[in-house]
Amino acid sequence: MKTTEEIFNLLKAKFGSSVFELNTGLPVEAFITINPLEIDKICKFLFTNDELKFDSLMNLSGVDDANGENKTDEQGALKIIGGTLSVYYHLESTFHRHKIMLKVSAPRENPEVSSVAEIWRAADWHEREAYDLLGIKFLNHPDLRRILMPYDWEAGHPLRKDYKNPEFYQGMKVPY
Amino acid sequence: MGLLDKQFTDDNIVITKVEDLLNWARLSSLWQMGFGLACCAIEMMATSASHYDFDRFGVIPRPSPRQSDVIIVSGTVTLKMAIRVKRLYEQMPDPKYVISMGSCSNCGGPYWEHGYHVLKGVDRVIPVDVYVPGCPPRPEALLEGLLKLQEKIRNESLVNAKLSLQEQPV
Repeated sequence: MKTTEEIFNLLKAKFGSSVFELNTGLPVEAFITINPLEIDKICKFLFTNDELKFDSLMNLSGVDDANGENKTDEQGALKIIGGTLSVYYHLESTFHRHKIMLKVSAPRENPEVSSVAEIWRAADWHEREAYDLLGIKFLNHPDLRRILMPYDWEAGHPLRKDYKNPEFYQGMKVPY
Repeated sequence: MGLLDKQFTDDNIVITKVEDLLNWARLSSLWQMGFGLACCAIEMMATSASHYDFDRFGVIPRPSPRQSDVIIVSGTVTLKMAIRVKRLYEQMPDPKYVISMGSCSNCGGPYWEHGYHVLKGVDRVIPVDVYVPGCPPRPEALLEGLLKLQEKIRNESLVNAKLSLQEQPV
């Protein structure tokens, strides 16, 4: 059984600059911030290392941080420029009985994160959901399609804070 | 026919209007499509079960739209599902009836403002005969809705139906 701090030191020693920082002292549990393009390699290590053995991905969720610059276009619609979209990973080792939380942040204009679906099959649909609702692109994902919204939904990703719902979808009026 | 059973001592003839006979037959065996969308469907299933016994009004679930007379839209109609609901309705043979059950199906319900994925009322894709309010409606409310539909069918006229068909643009 290892604490988040011990795991952070282990990762820092092995991956160096790909592991950004350990965030503690928050109302939530401590988490480790990681380079979005290196997350697959680090997760592979967490999965295979005998001392860590994170065999279960409990949850993977996307977040719109909405930390960019708020702008209003000609129609009065909100548009967020810059800032980040984030993905949180909750891992558990059912063998060693320890848990860890990881975070990656990618730029809003081109949110690319490496996929971990090859390591945990559970990540497959979770990543599709994060792609569907927030537009986060998971590199090397086996089948990155929409999962909840219709496949022909063209109006963008609904959980982004500056999302605008369309007037019509397939001839059906959408607003009340 | 149960009312007339064993009521005559000799062979006999009963006279009625074709209209009344057809309407009586239609309203007494409204076969419902075995089809549920959300939490309202749980109430609909409870209505079908022994305590409320939908079957006493001749309502039994059918596994195919081609054998169904009534579709009870029981739950949130998402935009993705709306296309399927419309297709199922089109696959039903005439005469066909629609009961819209619950707030979601009536007008979008709690999703009316921020539901980016919800159709704000199933009457935007198919014509509704009876709206049952509630979130979800109790089985009694659904039974009341069915009785309202039976009342509507009882007052249907072959003549009017013919006229309204002719009035429709081709």
